[in-house]
Amino acid sequence: MAEVAAPPYRVIPIIPALKAGATEGLKPFVASDKINEAIGFPGQLVEDWHDRAIARMGELLSKYRSLKVYMDSCVHCGACSDKCHYFIGTQDPKNMPVARQDLMRSVYRRYFTLPGKLFPKLVGARDLTREVLDEWYSYFHQCSECRRCSVFCPYGIDTAEVTMAAREILDSVGYGQKYSNEIIGKVHRIGNNLGLPGPALLDTLEGLEEDVKDATGIDVRFPMDVKGAEVLLITPSADFFAEPHIDSLVGYAKVFHATGTSWTLSSMASEAGNFGMFIGNYDQLRKIALRIREVALELGVKRIVVGECGHAWRVAYSFWNTLTGVGDGANETDRFAQMLQKQLDHRYKQPMHICEFTWDLIERGALSFNKEANDKHIITFHDSCNVARGSRMGDFAGGQFEIPRNIIKAVANNFVEMSPETTREQTFCCGGGGGLLTDDLIDLRVKGALPRMEVLQQVVDEHGVNFMATICAICKAQFTKVMPIYGFDRRMVGGVHQLVSNAIILGDK
Amino acid sequence: MASILIGILFYFATLIFVVGLVYRINTYWRTPAPLLIPTTPAPTTQTGVVLRMTREVVFFESLFKANLWTWSMGWLFHASLALVLVRHLRYFTEPVWGWVALAQPFGMYAGLTMLIGLCGLWIRRLFVERIRYISTPSDHLMLVLLIGIAASGLLMSFVTHTDVVTVKTFFLGWMRLDIRPLPADLVLYFHLLSVAALLAIFPISKLLHAPGVFFSPSRNQADNPREKRHIAPWAAELEK
Repeated sequence: MAEVAAPPYRVIPIIPALKAGATEGLKPFVASDKINEAIGFPGQLVEDWHDRAIARMGELLSKYRSLKVYMDSCVHCGACSDKCHYFIGTQDPKNMPVARQDLMRSVYRRYFTLPGKLFPKLVGARDLTREVLDEWYSYFHQCSECRRCSVFCPYGIDTAEVTMAAREILDSVGYGQKYSNEIIGKVHRIGNNLGLPGPALLDTLEGLEEDVKDATGIDVRFPMDVKGAEVLLITPSADFFAEPHIDSLVGYAKVFHATGTSWTLSSMASEAGNFGMFIGNYDQLRKIALRIREVALELGVKRIVVGECGHAWRVAYSFWNTLTGVGDGANETDRFAQMLQKQLDHRYKQPMHICEFTWDLIERGALSFNKEANDKHIITFHDSCNVARGSRMGDFAGGQFEIPRNIIKAVANNFVEMSPETTREQTFCCGGGGGLLTDDLIDLRVKGALPRMEVLQQVVDEHGVNFMATICAICKAQFTKVMPIYGFDRRMVGGVHQLVSNAIILGDK
Repeated sequence: MASILIGILFYFATLIFVVGLVYRINTYWRTPAPLLIPTTPAPTTQTGVVLRMTREVVFFESLFKANLWTWSMGWLFHASLALVLVRHLRYFTEPVWGWVALAQPFGMYAGLTMLIGLCGLWIRRLFVERIRYISTPSDHLMLVLLIGIAASGLLMSFVTHTDVVTVKTFFLGWMRLDIRPLPADLVLYFHLLSVAALLAIFPISKLLHAPGVFFSPSRNQADNPREKRHIAPWAAELEK
């Protein structure tokens, strides 16, 4: 792979000038026949792709109010135009959210609106040509579906919805992305995105138990497939072996151990991530989520807790109840959802984020910490996009910001915030979300990380920050890869439960 | 003759406006929203959603966060337009409603601030590189049309003074399908024809942002997915 260089920081973070065509043609690998067919898509671009794409678009417009309303409502006001991290990093005008949407909106106008049929030039309508389709493939894979633009849009237009629809249309004509589709195949075939089979997983967990025993002298368990456990933990598979993810897995296990909670992992549902969302395919989204329902029913668990993963938490929090019935408040007549909801313990939120779980215990005084154990760290927190703008924690709007911070402050002494225009609901994506965490897009990933790296550099210079905590497997993987390119130590990134793990005092419960 | 033509044109334009808008709103209403996608942090209750939507529609809250120039010009234009529309109710009601009479002096000057807002928006569209890049010819024409309406209206209010009593007689008659003569005034004809054009393109253009915002799932959904199961009819079919 060619050497990838980091773009220079902006002296003052002004809005960059346009560089038309800067990332034209930049695109991820296309999925092979085998990968596509394994998950029910045409192997390669079909003969009648044009007609099928337009038909699929019409179908999506009738199934998704979001797409329909968003296609009609944009007034080209430009509120979103400087909000995307990929635009800031690449300066390509087609990475402005409005311009990205217009790649599809121009086609929508041509085929689905009267002015576009009559006066295409006047309203910026275009035929769906092969060039346009290629342009879709390129630029709809330069969006991480992070929703930052939707915060600023006066109509709440969410480019993520448009990107998802575009990818769904591309998949339906056999023009899918290798990275996402290959992973979806793995999750169905093996149970997780990384393709770790059950026995390997068991081995890893046993090794982990030994490591923790060596480090602490205490028998912290990592149980798997335990029938009748109270808590089922669904966590991103990166937590099982990737650095620094694994340190947070140890943190979860210690919290369970310290409170004597009976818990279990599942070999069949050893993955919280759900790439079905990234490709905008409802069937895949649902199928992947249904594994959790099946396992929960099979093991008879009372609670479902989700580990540190951004998009997984969005899917779990916002979509699981819809897709699988993991949640509360189903109608009496809704037998599908009732079957599971009757089993779950509704004194607790279902599903619950591991941060909610831990914070709840901290508030009740059930955990004790040696905060000095984290004194070597001066910590800042990177809000992950899907957690920040697509989910919630706790009982109030914005709990997803407060709870992880509260945990950090409860387990460590040194905490510093980054610039407020880049945190909480205005946080920047790490640059690797939405199915772009693949080496064939490394150039884009490095550029997309620019706005976060700029403000991280600020707190490093001003406060000596040496640890950026985050609660997303993709953020962790992306940052460990791109931060060295910006001159940071890759070990600066870690999970919130990694800090919990450092400081928690384990009794002999 | 001109009066009859304009009268008939207005019937057509109004028909397109009403039927088109009802059709669009009905489409939005009936298209399901299968997943809960409010942009969070979002209100957790319906009351909260009403408040969020009110802030969005009355104050343009999101735009305020995005860009102060666009917000100030955009808000100035829309708020002025609202006052101007209220003021114009006097041409369609006899006797004039009390609150409309009260708004009359503000409505007169709102025409001016409306024009300022529109010009500000157009300057931005013409001279800011990013906004120029995303603009289509129709975006410019829409502003030209609105500027034309505002300018011709102001001209009649402050400079040439058309015979508003006759104009009112025309519209009161028009509403009872009885077309009376309009004053022979080219500025007035221009004003009315532009308004008719605006009514007619409303349901097939980006002006649909007006009803659209109320149907935007990222703004009109409550953030309560764990508490209540949300499922679209087509998605429920998959469970059978």
